[in-house]
Amino acid sequence: MCFTQNFWNLFISGIANGLVYALIALGYTLVYGVLQLINFAHSEVFMSGGFGGYFILNALIGSSQPSGLASVGFVILGIVGGAVAGGVVAFLLERVAYRPLRRRNAPRLAFLISAIGASYFMYNLAGKEFGRDAVSIPSPFTNGTVFTVFGAQVQTYYIVIAVATLIMLVLLDRVVAGTRLGKGIRAVAQDAQTASLMGVNIDRVISQTFVLGGLLGGAAGFLFGLNAGVVYTMGFTPSLKAFTAAVLGGIGNIRGAVLGGLVLGVAENLGVACTQSSWRDVIAFGILVLVLLIRPTGILGERLGRSA
Amino acid sequence: MSAGLQPHAGSAARLWRNTDARRLFGCVVGALVVAVITGPSGSASSPTSGVTGSLFRPRVLVFVALGLALWAVMTFRRRFGEVIRRTNDRVVTAPRQLLANRWNRYVVYLAVFAFAIWYPTILSGYWQEVLVDQVGVFVLLALGLNVVVGYAGLLDLGYIAFYAIGAYSAAYWTGALPIHPPMHLNPFWAIPFAVLAAMLAGVVLGAPTLRLRGDYLAIVTLGFGEIIQIVATNLTGVTGGSQGVIGIPHFSFHAGALKYVWHVKALPYYYLLLVFVVIALAAFRSLERSRIGRCWAAIREDEVAAEASGINVLKYKVMAFSIGASTSGFAGILTASKIGFIEPGDFTVQLSILILVLVVFGGMGSLLGAAMGAAVLQWLPQFLRVHPLFGFQPQDLFIYLGALLVVMMIFRPAGIVPSRRRRSEIGLAEHGVGTADAMSAAGGPVA
Repeated sequence: MCFTQNFWNLFISGIANGLVYALIALGYTLVYGVLQLINFAHSEVFMSGGFGGYFILNALIGSSQPSGLASVGFVILGIVGGAVAGGVVAFLLERVAYRPLRRRNAPRLAFLISAIGASYFMYNLAGKEFGRDAVSIPSPFTNGTVFTVFGAQVQTYYIVIAVATLIMLVLLDRVVAGTRLGKGIRAVAQDAQTASLMGVNIDRVISQTFVLGGLLGGAAGFLFGLNAGVVYTMGFTPSLKAFTAAVLGGIGNIRGAVLGGLVLGVAENLGVACTQSSWRDVIAFGILVLVLLIRPTGILGERLGRSA
Repeated sequence: MSAGLQPHAGSAARLWRNTDARRLFGCVVGALVVAVITGPSGSASSPTSGVTGSLFRPRVLVFVALGLALWAVMTFRRRFGEVIRRTNDRVVTAPRQLLANRWNRYVVYLAVFAFAIWYPTILSGYWQEVLVDQVGVFVLLALGLNVVVGYAGLLDLGYIAFYAIGAYSAAYWTGALPIHPPMHLNPFWAIPFAVLAAMLAGVVLGAPTLRLRGDYLAIVTLGFGEIIQIVATNLTGVTGGSQGVIGIPHFSFHAGALKYVWHVKALPYYYLLLVFVVIALAAFRSLERSRIGRCWAAIREDEVAAEASGINVLKYKVMAFSIGASTSGFAGILTASKIGFIEPGDFTVQLSILILVLVVFGGMGSLLGAAMGAAVLQWLPQFLRVHPLFGFQPQDLFIYLGALLVVMMIFRPAGIVPSRRRRSEIGLAEHGVGTADAMSAAGGPVA
């Protein structure tokens, strides 16, 4: 096969990409759980996370070369900056583009159109305010090969992504399984009407779900931007893939989103090895269509409401 | 449970519960947002310069004043709503009653048609170009998307992909592509092939995805729109790659002694487009009133009931989707042949969203609305661009269009020229009757 000689390299970078996809996919899946809607503007939550991380690190690092403990601190700061930017944008998005429609019980078509409008508004506004050229985040660490597995080089960047993502996933799992908010999210996902009769404040749960997804999406934006740079159009393709990942794993299903992200990241890398890198997005899209044709409920199935 | 119900909420919370105060806040924030949008641009090295340059300048006062004026008008309308509604009714009813007579309506149509024939002749060459490239083609595109979004209640975000398929098919059959067709055709004879290709693409993409929930269709079409562009860029041997295709011939007409060639001048194309737009209007009008149109309405209003009444929901969704696709493909041939040059960069996903904005702004499900929305929204940026007062930058267009989509969905979901049926459907859906779209999975709540 075309990928056998380079398999482990492709596999490891695929896992790293997949973890970023998983973080974005969680935003789709969480919102889908409570609203049964795809949040088309999630790509811009991701984008604003990239800018949030960029501005913080640009101001703090400048042209210096941090190392050691300082590197860890800067990575954490960047993630926090990205997450906060993503969370704020997601909160505003829900307030402006979703809540007025929800109050009116508008048709689902209206939600999708409104979200697309919000997405175009946000990314073009970002292009206007922050410039339309790509910028690179000053690296908080020196990238290099840390160790090798089966001859494949594991870079610092991959380790940063893996550690950061795993911590966030564990935190998310705790939030959904063990907190009052998590209980609210699960209740609304199961049956919003009954949940409201039981005293769950649906508006607040939905708003907090958006913020939760926004924190993860924003952090993903920073992690993605560390390697690929930050630009106002950066949201589109990774988000389309993250959506594919969410559907692949089973939308509404948190574990499914992570699994879907990993599978997609690896599959895409192996597919590229057999073609050319310009076909990368086509491969991901092909996977989406195949999943929808063969098993639209995804690998783990949709588990709305039992999302923990 | 909620803070709003506690009797001892703070004064800020009490103020927030006051509708007028909340609206005032909304109007002022909205005005500031508009001030930022219309203000100077920033850059990554000084990210706040755009905002500060917009807000800490005297011009912000103009926007705040406009916001306050908007609030005043809204409050006034709320206080004197009854009076305004009665006056409005009186103003609107008289022409409406006049138009109820069929012959009067024909007179109006004829007058509009005569105006459409006469008016471009007095325009300058630049505006004639705008009328064809920016307005005419987009009216046709909007009419096609209106079938998908308006009649069938589906969301197609890859509409331009079919436009690309039409354009590339035209290039293929006229022999402009690197691969050659069995015979070279005049663009007129390429029309059926290109339309068929776009329609087939619509069926192939639509049939599997239309079984699923409506938002899956939206995202699959979004992806498809992006993929078509990637394919056109990378299959250099077939499509000419990112360089594009040149030398697509102009339309020409030979019938015995009669011979006419459409050259680069805009006006002949305008009349050709006008004919096609009128044909499309008439065709979609009768489609709307046919059995098919009634099936679409039934699906929009209640998919389960429609299915239970024996309507093959999937079939009618695929039909609407492919009719939209073929209209888009048709517009693609016209553009390809008029300009004579196409490249993958012409067919961006942004363009699909633009056409969605045209339809949503004009009024989903309303032929007049879609056409008017396209005409107004396509003409306005051109006007603002050349007008010195506004300083409108074309690259900011999608900030405005995106905001327009949100604003329309919040305040006027049926559009500027609403279809009466569509408006009542949306009203009913908001009261829990029916859905006003076709977003559930065909064949019951399949996942």
